[in-house]
Amino acid sequence: MHLIVLLHFVAGLGAPWLVRRLGTRAFAVLAAVPAGSLVWAVAHTGAVREGDGPTDVLSWVPSLDLEVALTMGVLQWLMFLVVVGIGALVLAYCTWYFTDDDEGIGTFAGVLVAFVGAMLGLVLADDLLLLYVFWELTTVFSYLLIGYDPTKTSSRRSALQALLVTTFGGLAMLVGLLVIGHEAGTLRISEILADPPGGTSVTIAVALLLVGALSKSALFPFHFWLPGAMAAPTPVSAYLHAAAMVKAGVYLVALLAPAFSTVAGWHASLLVLGVLTMVLGGLRSLRQYDVKLLLAYGTVSQLGFLMVVLSIGTRHAALAGLALLLAHALFKATLFLVVGIVDKSTGTRDLRKLSGLGRRQPVLLTIAGLAALSMAGVVPLLGFVAKESSFEALVDVAETGTELPAWAGWLAVAGVVVGSVLTVAYTARFVWGTFADKPAVDDTPLTPPGAGFQAAPAVLAMTGLVLGFAGSPLTSQLAPYVDQFPAAEKEPYLALWHGVGLPLLFSVLAVGVGLLMFWKRERFARAQARVTTDLSTERGYGWTMRAVDRAAVEVTGWVQRGSVAAYLAIILLVVIGLPGMAALLNVDPDDLRVVLWDSPAQAAVGLVIVVAAVMTARSRRRLRAVVLVGVTGYGTALLFLLHGAPDLALTQVLVETVSLVVFVLVLRRLPEYFTDRPLTWHRYLRVALGVGVAAGVTGFMLLTTSARTHDPVSVEFAEQAVEYGGGENIVNVTLVDIRAWDTFGEISVLVAAATGVASLIFLDTRLSGIRRLREIPYPVGVTKQRATAGRRAWLPAPRTLDADRRSIVFEVVTRLVFHSIVVFSIYLLLAGHNQPGGGFAAGLVTGIALIIRYLAGGKYELDEAAPVDAGILMGSGLGIAATSAVVPLFFGGAVLQSAIVDVSLGPLGKLHLVSSTGFDIGVYLIVVALILDLLRTFGSRIDRQVQRERREAEGSPA
Amino acid sequence: MDANLTLVLTGAAMIGCGVYLVLERSLTRVLVGLVVLSNGVNLQFLVAGGKAGEAPIVGEAAASEMSDPLPQALVLTAIVITLAMVAFVLAMAYRSWQLNDHDDVQDDVEDAAIRRLAESDEQSDSFDLSSDEPETFEQEGA
Repeated sequence: MHLIVLLHFVAGLGAPWLVRRLGTRAFAVLAAVPAGSLVWAVAHTGAVREGDGPTDVLSWVPSLDLEVALTMGVLQWLMFLVVVGIGALVLAYCTWYFTDDDEGIGTFAGVLVAFVGAMLGLVLADDLLLLYVFWELTTVFSYLLIGYDPTKTSSRRSALQALLVTTFGGLAMLVGLLVIGHEAGTLRISEILADPPGGTSVTIAVALLLVGALSKSALFPFHFWLPGAMAAPTPVSAYLHAAAMVKAGVYLVALLAPAFSTVAGWHASLLVLGVLTMVLGGLRSLRQYDVKLLLAYGTVSQLGFLMVVLSIGTRHAALAGLALLLAHALFKATLFLVVGIVDKSTGTRDLRKLSGLGRRQPVLLTIAGLAALSMAGVVPLLGFVAKESSFEALVDVAETGTELPAWAGWLAVAGVVVGSVLTVAYTARFVWGTFADKPAVDDTPLTPPGAGFQAAPAVLAMTGLVLGFAGSPLTSQLAPYVDQFPAAEKEPYLALWHGVGLPLLFSVLAVGVGLLMFWKRERFARAQARVTTDLSTERGYGWTMRAVDRAAVEVTGWVQRGSVAAYLAIILLVVIGLPGMAALLNVDPDDLRVVLWDSPAQAAVGLVIVVAAVMTARSRRRLRAVVLVGVTGYGTALLFLLHGAPDLALTQVLVETVSLVVFVLVLRRLPEYFTDRPLTWHRYLRVALGVGVAAGVTGFMLLTTSARTHDPVSVEFAEQAVEYGGGENIVNVTLVDIRAWDTFGEISVLVAAATGVASLIFLDTRLSGIRRLREIPYPVGVTKQRATAGRRAWLPAPRTLDADRRSIVFEVVTRLVFHSIVVFSIYLLLAGHNQPGGGFAAGLVTGIALIIRYLAGGKYELDEAAPVDAGILMGSGLGIAATSAVVPLFFGGAVLQSAIVDVSLGPLGKLHLVSSTGFDIGVYLIVVALILDLLRTFGSRIDRQVQRERREAEGSPA
Repeated sequence: MDANLTLVLTGAAMIGCGVYLVLERSLTRVLVGLVVLSNGVNLQFLVAGGKAGEAPIVGEAAASEMSDPLPQALVLTAIVITLAMVAFVLAMAYRSWQLNDHDDVQDDVEDAAIRRLAESDEQSDSFDLSSDEPETFEQEGA
């Protein structure tokens, strides 16, 4: 069975391609898929009758007990036949309905076939969650099919309306399903039905399920989406919104009725809403001029009828309900398809414009007539049989009074009879409106429909006729479902002749009064117009949607100010409000354990930092702010050193230096002063926020630090660093071994940031075009020095600079220190495992060496110093780090595990190699590349932009 | 564990100044603020690590006299990330200056449009596209 469901989805995927190849003929090919499924189901007729239909369970996620369980009992079998039978016919019908020129039919065909699959899955599912998944799938496909023409507002609106209403119900249903599954201890529907759970929670869960069923089957108060859905092409209306999808809610009620029809609220809600919907739908139907809408309201009415009968939960009602379900699917699909033909042949569906159709199209009239008679409940069609049985079932319930109080039973009977009267009236209105000769109207122009176009409705209408005589085989076929209900005195049976009694009287009454109403339709319409109000649930829906949208606009406008400062202020206010206030309120001075300082030097440095920080905040000049922030940075480095963190101090100093250079490189282009801002209350607010956060942090830190009693996590780090990490510098071993994952994430951030910088400045490519000295023209008056091997000049590029930009002192110093700095950085890299240093520090030192070269000799000197693309360097660094992280796996270790090797270097001592050095080298390369990238972007690139601007200013062609 | 008041207050002062700057409009100031702020936070890590001590290098001092290495490793990561962030925000400031002649953080235009809708009590644009003509509601209200 999984294959059958799957096959429809596969066909759906292939449909667009097929339509491109074959045009509308593809529909006929696609119809073969549900037709084949129909054959399969018919082949199982016998097994289903015996009560042992097929069951397939496919294990999906065994550890979670998730299974794709499908089963086919008689109820499922009946729905299966309706779904694939009508599905195949509707697909075939589409061949004539559409033309090759229609847009979007490829997707349409695909969605329609996939819908068949989803509907099959919904019907066959024996698992509550699986049922839900397919349930929502049908909703989504329905949305796509109603919105077939996305250029029309009505189409979009109806699609969205149907989607919102049915998913609203679907969500309620999901909660109900989960509660029932929890109470029952299983999600398998067959097991739940065999041993239904009880209790208050189940009552609520069932009510939630019913919300889902009511919304899907368009019962009051959700009924309005169904007429709206008529924006879809007529085959969709015939199939989804008459025969298949709207039956899902009915199916759910039929499925659960044996187990839950005695739950409180079940009868009260379903009978009341069902009868109400039946009458309301009928009345609305009588006011329509569009014959398709007339049928749509008729469908709403009939769905109410079906709900009433199937919810009762007696043997009689069960049998009658299934017959009614089948009959309705047959005649309603037929009528919609006929409307589609009329629409396509005449170009209108307005019954005030249609005239003389029946006289000229007798075959079409016959088809429609058969279906209409079935709908009205006239002998000898299946609709009559079903309606008679339904009356009988209801009368039976009212007479015995066991399921319902007698008065409620009779009320239901009365409601259904009124509904049937209306059904006859609107059926007559439909036939008259579509086919009759209207004296005041000329014959509608008509393109006669082909025989093939009429085949599908003809088959459906004939089936309704034939099945009218098949009461006895139907009775025995449907028996397994009926047997789920408690035995009754009289066994129910389907037949054309039930004998003279109340049911027959009701049938005659319905036809008679209905025709009378049709005859006096004008007086009736006037009376109806007088009592009709504008109030409707659809208005309520529109009002709700508008209110939701307005609320969203208000809330968004209020919350989403669009100002970064405002968002930050909100975040910071929360920081003050929650942890800050909690800390301040809970500070008990007696509990605080505070020392003034570890050494008085801390206080001295701290004072300098605070002063610099405050001056930074007050600074109005960019450069001044940057220098002052540098002071706080170097001060922080000193505090690190005083605290006993040489690694931190080293890195902080290096980072501060690099930042300062980068800042200055950019600031040379930005205005000297910050934009002037008037002094407003905003500034005091900022001051207040700053003070508040500072106070909150102080309180929080004092409180948490004093409260700490446990040993730090790192007590064993010293031992572990030597034993597993093979290094003595605990901080560095922590970075490359103990917390190496962290470091790995960090270097990835570096790569991302560098890429971001490069793309912001270069815009298109990071390949900045490294140009060696030998490739460029020198400024006038400068002779080229040889830069080839052998007689290479050292530091050749400063000659490319203007004379006034060169600094001889700087050049000399560069010549002296560059190599020493690079050697020192390599020492830091290798020694970092045991001494202060490591990949970060080493990379920063190398970076500073490059910065010196750039500052001394300009952009060409940088390219001479590092004739390599920063991106490539960065990639290799990340690659090396990743490789050294993964390699231990191949030797049976864990990711990032360290191996220790000691290599004797004779008189030079011994080289202590640890595999994590590879990781450190990766880090080193990435940091070097980051700085190189920054120099290229903020240095070389901006140099070029400055040059170009100067040239343009001088008026020479760029 | 004893809290080092000097470090707490120095760090808090930096954080306070950082907050003041971060709430500014000029991107350069925001960036400076972020740097001060993160330095302040880094100092608080030291406080959380306990009292000062010898460098955490095995062999140089007894384990009991070392400062706590774990916060140091965390701060080291933070320092380098701050460098990357400085570079990135600077690039943004520069780009903003190139395009707009200033480096001020602008308010979001779309958000301002929504605020205007809210002030004039109108529904969103998408609502008009997916709903009935709004006139019917107007009439209903009238």
